[in-house]
Amino acid sequence: MHSQDFFFQAIIFLTAAVVSVPIAKRLGLGSALGYLMAGVLIGPYFLKLVGEEGTDIMHFAEFGVVMMLFIIGLEVRPSLLWNMRRSIFGLGGLQMLITTVIIGGISMFFGMNLLQGIAIGLIFSMSSTAIVLQTLAEKGLMKTQAGQGSFSVLLFQDIAVIPILAILPLMANQVGARSVDLHEAVINETTVSALPGWQQVLLIVGLVALIIIGGHFLARFIFRFIAQTGLREIFTASALLLVIGIAVAMDRVGLSPALGTFLAGVVLADNEYRHELETTIEPFKGLLLGLFFIAVGSSINFEILTTQPGTVLGILGILILVKFVVLLFLGRFFKMRTGQEILFSFALAQTGEFAFVLISFSSQNAILPEHVSGIMLIVVALSMLVTPLLLIINDRLVQPLFIRAQKEQEPDEMEEQDNPVLIAGFGRFGVVIGRFLMANGISATVLDSNPSNISFLRKFGFKVYYGDANRTDLLEAAGAANARLIIVAVDDREQINHIVEQVQRKYPHLKIFARAIDVRHSFELNEMNIAGYRRETYDSSVDLAVRVLGELGFNRYQASRAARSFRYHDEIMMKELHDLWHNDKRKYINEVRRYSQQLENILVSEKDHVLHESDNAWDIESRREEIREMYELLAGKSEGEEDKEKNKDR
Amino acid sequence: MNVRNKILILFAHPVLHKSKVNRQMISAIQDVEDITYHNLYEEYPDFHIDVKREQDLLMEHDIYIWQHPFYWYSSPSIVKEWIDLVLKHGFAYGRTGTALKDKKILSAITAGGRREVYEEGNMNNYTIQQFLAPFRQTAKLCNMVYLPPFVVHGTHLLAQDDIHTAAQDYKKILISLRDQIFSDEEIWSCNYLNDLLELTQK
Repeated sequence: MHSQDFFFQAIIFLTAAVVSVPIAKRLGLGSALGYLMAGVLIGPYFLKLVGEEGTDIMHFAEFGVVMMLFIIGLEVRPSLLWNMRRSIFGLGGLQMLITTVIIGGISMFFGMNLLQGIAIGLIFSMSSTAIVLQTLAEKGLMKTQAGQGSFSVLLFQDIAVIPILAILPLMANQVGARSVDLHEAVINETTVSALPGWQQVLLIVGLVALIIIGGHFLARFIFRFIAQTGLREIFTASALLLVIGIAVAMDRVGLSPALGTFLAGVVLADNEYRHELETTIEPFKGLLLGLFFIAVGSSINFEILTTQPGTVLGILGILILVKFVVLLFLGRFFKMRTGQEILFSFALAQTGEFAFVLISFSSQNAILPEHVSGIMLIVVALSMLVTPLLLIINDRLVQPLFIRAQKEQEPDEMEEQDNPVLIAGFGRFGVVIGRFLMANGISATVLDSNPSNISFLRKFGFKVYYGDANRTDLLEAAGAANARLIIVAVDDREQINHIVEQVQRKYPHLKIFARAIDVRHSFELNEMNIAGYRRETYDSSVDLAVRVLGELGFNRYQASRAARSFRYHDEIMMKELHDLWHNDKRKYINEVRRYSQQLENILVSEKDHVLHESDNAWDIESRREEIREMYELLAGKSEGEEDKEKNKDR
Repeated sequence: MNVRNKILILFAHPVLHKSKVNRQMISAIQDVEDITYHNLYEEYPDFHIDVKREQDLLMEHDIYIWQHPFYWYSSPSIVKEWIDLVLKHGFAYGRTGTALKDKKILSAITAGGRREVYEEGNMNNYTIQQFLAPFRQTAKLCNMVYLPPFVVHGTHLLAQDDIHTAAQDYKKILISLRDQIFSDEEIWSCNYLNDLLELTQK
């Protein structure tokens, strides 16, 4: 491909995405449908901007699915996966089994043989990981019962693809329908598959063990080392290298790359760089998935649709109906809450990207005749196109019926994992705040960009994430949407202001407390209207001064009271200075003069301030005087002259 | 006599989140007109009392109430701090200290023990009024009138309903003081201000 061509194609795909996705989003259709429609539009039947190469692009873009499973894996801790085992194998297994049997039966009723029936059943029992998870995540439904159920089913299908790819050609052999050389046909054909079975198994086990052990023990050090270079693009590069490397290795030993990266994700779910990995891979995943959907859209063969509309739409209808009913039954059987099982059924009622692989695989193995696989391909593509529409129907028409039921179940459904407090910056300043909060039983999530802090702090049970709090995606990942307040404790004034602005724009509900670098910065923060700020060195300076007073002969309580008075009138003075600063900002333009000017202002106002009233606390001098006078008065009456002389002597 | 008295509640409770009775008493009177609720521990968590501000507050009101739980036969410590700092010579007492002259002040107290244990020969040996002598004399030195106290006894054993009643009684008494319902004789005839409510029932 000439680079000129490449860029031209890039322009077509990007334009299609940029134009259609925002429109689809605005219309509430979700991004997946937007991409699919864009693909249809630029495809060979409408604008003819993309031709046959759409299929190649689809294969390339399938890598988006691999990345998505990696990211999903990052969110799934091993313990969670273990807890879901019943749901994955029970729900997922039954879904495949029952759907395959019913669809196989229907196919045989329409004249397919047993093998073809099984193949069609298996192919159509697959759902689309890409569309379903993308859409559910976009709607924030992943943590619901339906979301978890869908995830289990999709994960099982992912695992099941591997044995299916192995078994189908064997069955083709037995039936004797084999007309193509197997070696040419196997899509996952690799050097490894030529090895004897036991060696292959050994290799697979070895690779999986490598991923688990490496991810668990090594990744931490490697990522820390890379993060310490401070070069973001190197971190990005290594994250990509990790995902692509695992995908290729998995492919080599004949396992699903998606499954491999999912496994890697799970292993890394406990890693402190998890969020950084997630936010790094996320945009690649998003773009590739988008590309994938566009390719699917453009691959829909409208010729078949126009020549045999009845057949195509009929199969599509039966397919969705069967899958829907089976899923609904299973949802009830597995005791999903009312409304959830319907969402679950609508979500998974389509056929997914694995079907493309399996269909071409089957036709290459001569299991399915050409015209059947052609029709199946368009049915699969159309079913993916229909899914977002089905979910919209569910949203707008079906779910409102259950809204009341849903409201009641929401609280226990979402397990609150996010901490109420975020601390951005965990250096000298933030760490004291974190300790203090922790001592009072308040857990905080910490964002810090210094990798050496992180591993150490994690040992003490802090939830620490590596990365710049500047970036809203990281804030999002750390749970800003559900937190109550954020403490901005990084040590750079520009960065503090930037974070404050970001948070105010994106999370207006978050109360902001910030570290002020100096007096002028405290004025700036004051103007930003945040919940609270404190000058970083002020309190410790005053505290040290208290010690100094003690050394100079003050009683400790006296010194401590003096500090309180000082703080009190400093606060008043700062207000006055702030007004001054506010009214005459130009005075401060000269940065060199700024500090001395500021200090001068402080010292001038200091002189004007009378000491705080209570500094005379327990001062009984006036009382003593009054009593003395009284006595003198009395004495004067009785002893008169004598007393006066005494006074003279003094 | 139509002029309303303005009442200032000098409230002190160091662990308000654990309070049962005082919290209800406060919420009963908090929104009543011409009653100012002034929470000392909340205003001055570090005991750094703003004397000028406190004195100004005193000048703006006619009746003051030291409201607090009865700790070790006296008040929580911030009340003592407040007395030490705010009632200064030259302001509250002394030749020129006449700012509080003829103002009224009383104690509103919650005590864990029942009324019987505050009697000679019983567990606490002295009556509440006897224990309150320093407060009475403080008021006297400042030329204020120290009214009989409002007391809620036996708070350890009070049922929710009783607490509610006590809080409502407190509100009624405060409103009656604000609106000058009772004569001086009636007030002085009581041991506790609580007894005024029985007068109205008769």
